[in-house]
Amino acid sequence: MNSSAIAAGPVFSARDITRVYRMGEVSVHALRGVTMDLYRGEFVVLLGPSGSGKSTLLNILGGLDVPTTGSVHFLDQNLTQSTDWELTQFRRDHVGFVFQFYNLIPSLTARENVALVTEIANNPMDPAEALALVGLEARVDHFPAQMSGGEQQRVAIARAVAKRPDVLLCDEPTGALDAKTGIVVLEVIERINRELGTTTAVITHNAMIAEMADRVISLSDGRVSEIRRNERKRPASEIVW
Amino acid sequence: MRAIHRKLLRNLWVMKGQSIAIALVIASGIAMSVMSLSTLRSLQATRETYYQRFRFAEVFASFKRGPLSLQQRVEDISGVARAEPRIVKSVNLIVAGLREPAVGRLISIPDHQPPRLNQLYLRRGRMPETGGLEVVVGESFANAHGFQPGATVDAILNGRLRTLRIVGIVLSPEYIVEMNAADMLPDFKRFGVFWMPVTEMEAAFDMDGACNDLSLTLMHGAMEADVIRQVDNLLADWGGIGSFGRVDQMSHRFITDEISQLRAMGLVTPIIFMSVAAFLLNIVMTRLIDMQREQIATLKAFGYHNSEVASHYLGFVAIIVAVGVLVGTGLGIRMGHGLSQMYTRFFHFPIFQFDMDWVTAVLTTLISAVAAIAGTIGSLWSASRLPPAEAMRPKFPGEYRPSFIEKFGLQRWLPQTWRMILRQIRRRPLKTAFSIFGIAMAAGVMVLGHYAADALDFIVDFQFRHVQRQDLWINLAEPSATDAILDFHHMKGVVTVEPFRALPVRVHSGPRSRRLSILGMAPDRKIFRVIAQSGDEPPLRNDGLVLSARLAELLQVKVGEYVTVDVLEGKRPTVQVRVVGTVDDLSGTNAFALQPFVNQLAEEGPLVSGAWMSVDSKHLDELYAELKATPRVVGVTANAASIQSFLDTVGENQLRMQGFVIGFAIVIAAGVVYNTALISLSERDRELATMRVLGFTKAEISAVLLGELAILTLVAVPLGLLMGYGMAWLSSRSIHTDVFRIPLVIYPSTYARAAIVVLIAAVISGAIVRRRLDRLDLFAVLKGQD
Repeated sequence: MNSSAIAAGPVFSARDITRVYRMGEVSVHALRGVTMDLYRGEFVVLLGPSGSGKSTLLNILGGLDVPTTGSVHFLDQNLTQSTDWELTQFRRDHVGFVFQFYNLIPSLTARENVALVTEIANNPMDPAEALALVGLEARVDHFPAQMSGGEQQRVAIARAVAKRPDVLLCDEPTGALDAKTGIVVLEVIERINRELGTTTAVITHNAMIAEMADRVISLSDGRVSEIRRNERKRPASEIVW
Repeated sequence: MRAIHRKLLRNLWVMKGQSIAIALVIASGIAMSVMSLSTLRSLQATRETYYQRFRFAEVFASFKRGPLSLQQRVEDISGVARAEPRIVKSVNLIVAGLREPAVGRLISIPDHQPPRLNQLYLRRGRMPETGGLEVVVGESFANAHGFQPGATVDAILNGRLRTLRIVGIVLSPEYIVEMNAADMLPDFKRFGVFWMPVTEMEAAFDMDGACNDLSLTLMHGAMEADVIRQVDNLLADWGGIGSFGRVDQMSHRFITDEISQLRAMGLVTPIIFMSVAAFLLNIVMTRLIDMQREQIATLKAFGYHNSEVASHYLGFVAIIVAVGVLVGTGLGIRMGHGLSQMYTRFFHFPIFQFDMDWVTAVLTTLISAVAAIAGTIGSLWSASRLPPAEAMRPKFPGEYRPSFIEKFGLQRWLPQTWRMILRQIRRRPLKTAFSIFGIAMAAGVMVLGHYAADALDFIVDFQFRHVQRQDLWINLAEPSATDAILDFHHMKGVVTVEPFRALPVRVHSGPRSRRLSILGMAPDRKIFRVIAQSGDEPPLRNDGLVLSARLAELLQVKVGEYVTVDVLEGKRPTVQVRVVGTVDDLSGTNAFALQPFVNQLAEEGPLVSGAWMSVDSKHLDELYAELKATPRVVGVTANAASIQSFLDTVGENQLRMQGFVIGFAIVIAAGVVYNTALISLSERDRELATMRVLGFTKAEISAVLLGELAILTLVAVPLGLLMGYGMAWLSSRSIHTDVFRIPLVIYPSTYARAAIVVLIAAVISGAIVRRRLDRLDLFAVLKGQD
């Protein structure tokens, strides 16, 4: 990330957001007042133990959830005051998601899973091109059940980036994968960030992965505990865990 | 094709079993409606065309004897368009191969031209010519005896044995059902209609220049009741026995009854089927959407709007409904065509007309679509209200509580799996109730499907084994003194004789009136009894009438009130008579009293019209021979033959209809149980996989799933039987005919059959689910790859 991006102002800015869930008979305070920014083109890792609120934060940034209090802006758009229809349109035009459990549609092939998104996007890649980008040229016509976890996650990444989103949000993308496969997936994310310049936020509880990032935002117990900048980004290929 | 459409097709493919089950139920409902209502339309249209083309008369009048000039006088009555005089005579027939005597009705037709009214359709042979006693005969009687043109029948004409030469076989709009007005049911073997040139009739019955019957058509807009009154006034001098409109014409009434039964079948049954289909679709869509909440959330995460997600799932419904509608309509048309043809054959219509009831097809399609969409929208609405992030998260563990059984501390005796089952049922009471209701519906429809047969059985048993216990029913040519009956006692083989007086009357109450015969009976009745469905025997009296409950209802009179009775025979007095009781009997609209009272009404001596007899079957042939030779006797009806002909008549149609209903009931039973089981499986696969991991065997986890199904089925079956009773009640209420009342009778065997079919459907569905459970890669389920 360069200083011109910071000068242009943040892509996302969250101010003092909280999120309380009612789960059955208990209230869960997932976020207890988080303030943070995301800048254009940067690679950010949200680091924290499970239950620290990082997934909630990511979902709120991606318009999948709304904070109980506080405000979130994407550029000029106030996400906290957007209607459901506007949030959907926001996700359709600007956000690519990658989930821990891939969330591929089991009844669709790799190509069709990607097409599902490109068909409603404004300026998408060809699904085959997106799959080539993640190194799955040979697997385009396979169903999710015919692929390994790593391959499924790469399809999910292809699906997320095929629409050329402004921001790529990844929730524990390697959480369900072994180290070797995980690194392949991280390399793909790294390349997308570098080559397409897509603002990328990755959630993880793995401190090693944080070394890939431009900035690391640590959360614990629903609050930001630390924001630090990596002086040297370590390439995914050098990461071990 | 767009990726989202492929997803739709593949989802459908994965759920093909359930989808087909639902489509079949929809198809059944639509097929039933289309079949019944199209047949109804066809029957009505065919009858109408037949009536018009062959000039079926609108008012019918019989009298003892009158001059031909009556035709002109009747045509002068305002409102009468045309009148045709005829000679109509009942004769005894002696048919080779038939031991009991048969009754023939001889009707005159103009010598060399077709009649102006009630024209004949010549099926085979030619029309009769004068000289040589040539006749044409109605097809039903001809078929019953295998008569072809050229055959002969012996008949007693005016006391002399003559041979009638059959030259042709015909159909008449007046005798679509060839039936004697005195009989409760058609009996094609023992009642036949013949048409003979008028000069032959005049000669045979000494009726030169005379007639004893008039058929009329009315001008457009004429008041039938006014015409009937004036015709009756005119014919009173000539021994008129009361004219009547089509509504009291035997053949017309019989068909009208059949049509009204068809209407009830066409309206009630499909409503039941459609509601089950709608309900099934509703459950399945609700659960499908529930199961796909992650996928819905994913679609939404990538920017699919609610409306796009909704139309995706509605497409799913649309395809199932479309398949159901197409199959159902096609099947309905085919079955309707078949049924209409069957009726055309049964009623011997010379024309066949099939009128597809498109309104029904469109209406049932709309109903299925609306029901399906309502179910889908409801669950989509709740799915779309969840923020995608929440929908994607695994569901929070459901709130379970100890089941009510456990509250009493009975859990000590409950194995762990049973506790799970009971808690599951308790946690989702609505879902449980829905499943129970669905399975119950299947049992209910089974009961309803068999109800018609039970009612039929009951009618036969009641009417012929409790009410009409005579072996023979003898009608005399005209009311005679009691000693005519005494002769019967001396005939060989006769065990008991009970005389009766049947007096033709018109009963009025205010503007309502019915034409019927009052039966005057002996005080001590062993053979023919007046008995209610409940078994009660109201006493007959010498000071008033006991009416069929249905007649009292039609006339809107209560016990203690008075009715006006126009006697249509002899001195034709008009008297006020008190209603002294009602009897909830089964057959038609009757009035009963003791014989002396009826004689008193008619201002006559102790006359009788006929007798009921019980006979020793060993001497039946001799008895028949003797009766055939007795000129006073014009009709002998054997009870055993009546029962058989009744079953033949009603049986075929009823049984075919019932076959359809039961077939469809099985579709419902299988559809509901199979769907319930499969959905339970997909809802709980994670839980069951976990148990497998913890070391439970396949049999043990099957017990958790199938045990729930077993409990639901066991609760549903009795409920369903109760619902079946309710639906049968509804159906019996919707069938109102004069000739029959359909009693609400359901035999235990019907309940048992319904229960067994549903249980078998449940067991088979359970077995299929068990197989799936065995083959399911439970560990893949746990890893969340599904």
